[in-house]
Amino acid sequence: MSTTFLAAVCVVGIIGLILGCLIAFTAKKFDVEADPKVEKVRELLPGANCGGCGFAGCADLADAIVNRGISPSRCTVISAAALKNLSAFLGVEAEEKEKMTAVVFCGGSLSRAARKAQYNGIMDCRSANVAGGGGKACAYGCIGYGCCARACPFGAIEMRDGLAVVHPEVCRGCGKCVTVCPRNLIRLVPASVKIHVYCSSADKPAARRKVCSAACISCGKCIRADGQGRVEKQENGTVRINCENPPDISLAETAGCPTGALQTEETHRAIQPISPKETQK
Amino acid sequence: MSESPIPEKTPQPDIMLPDPKKLILSASPHIQCADTVPGIMRTVLICLIPPAAASIYFFGFHAVRILLLTTLFCMAFEWICCKLAGKTSTLGDYSAALTGVLLAMNLPPGVPWWICLIGAFIAIVVAKAIYGGLGQNPFNPAAVARVALLVGFAGPMTAWVTPCQGFFPDAEKAPAAIQVHETERKPDFTTGATPLSLAKMAKTPEEIQALQTPDLLKQCFFGRTQGSLGETSALAVLIGGIALILLKIISWHIPAAMLGTTLIFTWIVSKADPSLTPGPLFHLCSGGMMLAAFFMATDMVTSPTTRRGKLIFGSSIGIIACVIRIWGGYPEGVSFAILIMNALVPLIDRICYKRPFGWHPSSAAAYTMRRGEVK
Amino acid sequence: MSLPPHVARFTGGIHPMDGKGLSNGITARTAPLLEKYLVPLHQNIGAPPKLTVTKGELVKKGQRIAEPGGFVSVPLHAPTSGTVGNLTEVPGVAGNTLQAVEIISDGKDEWGSGLDPIVPWQEADRKVLKQRVADGGIIGMGGAAFPAHVKLSPPPEKTIDTLIVNGAECEPYLTADHRLMLERTEAVLEGAAIAARILDVDRIFIGIEENKPDAIAAMKKAADAYGIQIVPLPVRYPQGAEKQLIFAVTGRAVATGGLPMDVGCVVQNAGTCAAIRDAVVEGHPLIERYTSVTGTPVVHPGTWIFRIGTPVKEALKLAGGVREQPAKLILGGPMMGFAQSSMDVTVTKNTSGILLLTGRETGRYLSSPCIRCGRCVSVCPMRLLPGPISVMVECENYALAEHNFVMDCMECGACTFVCPAKRPLVQHFRRAKAEINAIRRARKKH
Repeated sequence: MSTTFLAAVCVVGIIGLILGCLIAFTAKKFDVEADPKVEKVRELLPGANCGGCGFAGCADLADAIVNRGISPSRCTVISAAALKNLSAFLGVEAEEKEKMTAVVFCGGSLSRAARKAQYNGIMDCRSANVAGGGGKACAYGCIGYGCCARACPFGAIEMRDGLAVVHPEVCRGCGKCVTVCPRNLIRLVPASVKIHVYCSSADKPAARRKVCSAACISCGKCIRADGQGRVEKQENGTVRINCENPPDISLAETAGCPTGALQTEETHRAIQPISPKETQK
Repeated sequence: MSESPIPEKTPQPDIMLPDPKKLILSASPHIQCADTVPGIMRTVLICLIPPAAASIYFFGFHAVRILLLTTLFCMAFEWICCKLAGKTSTLGDYSAALTGVLLAMNLPPGVPWWICLIGAFIAIVVAKAIYGGLGQNPFNPAAVARVALLVGFAGPMTAWVTPCQGFFPDAEKAPAAIQVHETERKPDFTTGATPLSLAKMAKTPEEIQALQTPDLLKQCFFGRTQGSLGETSALAVLIGGIALILLKIISWHIPAAMLGTTLIFTWIVSKADPSLTPGPLFHLCSGGMMLAAFFMATDMVTSPTTRRGKLIFGSSIGIIACVIRIWGGYPEGVSFAILIMNALVPLIDRICYKRPFGWHPSSAAAYTMRRGEVK
Repeated sequence: MSLPPHVARFTGGIHPMDGKGLSNGITARTAPLLEKYLVPLHQNIGAPPKLTVTKGELVKKGQRIAEPGGFVSVPLHAPTSGTVGNLTEVPGVAGNTLQAVEIISDGKDEWGSGLDPIVPWQEADRKVLKQRVADGGIIGMGGAAFPAHVKLSPPPEKTIDTLIVNGAECEPYLTADHRLMLERTEAVLEGAAIAARILDVDRIFIGIEENKPDAIAAMKKAADAYGIQIVPLPVRYPQGAEKQLIFAVTGRAVATGGLPMDVGCVVQNAGTCAAIRDAVVEGHPLIERYTSVTGTPVVHPGTWIFRIGTPVKEALKLAGGVREQPAKLILGGPMMGFAQSSMDVTVTKNTSGILLLTGRETGRYLSSPCIRCGRCVSVCPMRLLPGPISVMVECENYALAEHNFVMDCMECGACTFVCPAKRPLVQHFRRAKAEINAIRRARKKH
């Protein structure tokens, strides 16, 4: 009895010893030299792996910062304090970087945009785009199936009344939503600009009005009210705020935009469904 | 092709044109066949009527009780899981009811109610819902439940009830091979051994021979042997299974491969060593072989998609089941075999990869066969 | 004459209810002249044509109004005589917007194409004939919209020995090619002979599905004079798909990612052949086509000869409108056509049908989970794995989808037709193809 017991202990012990040696050997043999500096930089980066910097992830960027001299400000989502920390660790000057935020240039929520048909298919903007472009009639506006909201690594985009709206305090400006939107509605703009014309339609102004009650009809009221060239008409007829020299947010009230396309970021974010009665008006 | 003048302006006011806003916008194709998932599940349920009816005929109240209990418990667990996951209830696709009936078919008639509850829990919650529900489960829920119960609750799971109804006029005479221990007082039910466990216990060629009498084989085929609800009558399962094939719900590949390999394998083994196991007819008609071949192994979610894959899958189950029956520790190995092969389905699907139309080695160059070429 | 062809069966395929009885017995009628046509500029695959007329200009019927925008492009012609109107926009078939030019009819409908008949074409130079096909503005009229002259210009390193005319018309409901082959039998055959002369081949086959026995009989009667063989094909969707048709008629399989010319074949639609004949023998460019207006809600289903640029609304009025509100308006067939959300779309050179389906006939897509029944796998004529690929696309794993040959999918819809879970498989594949093409383009740029 005791011999069996001993034998079992020995066998298990020996197997353990052999395996242990094997592990030790492989660990030595296939050890990857990890640069402690790269490790530290990676720890200081946000670690969201959003890919906004153009690298494969935070580890890739950390390697590039240490070994290829890429500026730490290449990270688009890093907070100012963290950037300062990182720069101090690297011994480089912390670059002043303007915080960017994503803006969805469309105000055509479900109750504002006209419907052209009943869409039946995959509830995803990019998939809907290959099957007639969803249910809303506007060919330039937000499809409303939340491709960007799903792509956002920070959860900064919310779908409200069938429209994607950005919460700028959560948005870190990585630009992932910009690449996924099939209608190219999302742009990164300086976060300090708080007023925009939320429409991207390249249709004729009359046609825009027909498909959306919140469309910019290129009436030029805001341009005249501003009078200083801080609101510009673009080539395709849409109106945009000049982000280098933005007007004050009070313009949203003083301009008297007939459709409400010119609005502050706050009102766009808080968009509410309007009752059908109002839509008919 | 012809010169046609401008028609006179006679606008017909009564012409009705479609309202574009009511049109449906979707990707092609715009017509679909009539089959639906609930429809398929319902058809399988209907095809389970013959075995279910046979079990009720042979086991009476016990069968009704178990069928009702498992079905109800399964549907209840499905509903709870949907509620917990925040999904709309999937009771309407009949898959939970089907799992329940299949589970009942896999339980001995004498099991207490809590075995049904545990079985339903394992089948629906453990084997299906936590993987993501219908279509996502890697293992057949009913088989998982049966195996878990068999391993965990060996006592209640071998409470075989002697069929109370006779199929033959002289059914009062139980075959000598089947040992029925009746208690002295009038019992609720009598228990006995299944033909398969007798085969397991048999040591001599004579005992094996006793299991192959035409009488017993007839009973195995038509019913009236001890076993789970769906095991007692091979004929009833066969009727339902053939209906499934004729209704094009399942293809013939898996049942044919499974029963075919069982036939050949057991024939060879029984010929080589008659004291080891009875012949192929015994193996085909006894135990859950038929039920597994037509209803369990053919579960679409957990079986391969290609024809070749189905043949490999079916024949492997046949061989593994026979190996367990003949040399393994359990008298019945079909459920184990199904689970083992379920685990190998992704591999089988990969091996039986169909080459696309027009594929040949030189055309591979036109394509990047490596993964990761496109980000 | 070469050996008679054997009909090879492709694997997979489906048998949908064909619905052709609604319109296949009705002689095609010529649509009356409209006051205004809206001719979309970009009807072809390849570069868009460039408009050469200005507003207010007088044009004759068949006069060139747009120049080809490159080699893979075709000119456009005025559908009738009249005045050029505004340059406007019309909805495109695939939900896009297309630039379109208005042609306001003057009611005279005078020809003035500037193209002289080339007779006898048997003696004409091949280059002249090919140029005429290009000048005729002819594109694949079965639906693909690929310029015909490009197909007839194989690169010199490819030897072409077979011309196959596609008269299969395997799409349910559509009867345009059927009526065309019955009523313009000689034109189809002569056009095929002209195309064969351009390609310098003497093996010409016309593949027709057996559900059109009258067309087969009519074709067989007249075909001997042109040395053309008629191949009756088994009725199975998608028998008229290019690769499946070549396989059926010649037994040759086009390699994955390959083109028909790799196996020495050129496929032209029956309607395209008739258009080639009109351009060469009559000097008439492609300005009208056979189009079915059909479906159970349509009051008078049938086949019409519409001018290119006829709005669908007008076409529907001709067919007497609808009895009930349809659930879908489709340009093309029910399997591969495009659902429309507007009646302002126009008949273009590749509109083979205007189809209306009721809610009972058409299906609703659910994004329910795949139950791995494997029906899609068994019906896929390209022998792909539609169900598993759709899951890969759902997970946005385009690399794996490409690895599983999603780019070989021709979107025939057989898998989606049989899917009991009603998954929108084709939509997944279409998205995957668009994404993979975008990635490939981006990679090429770098």
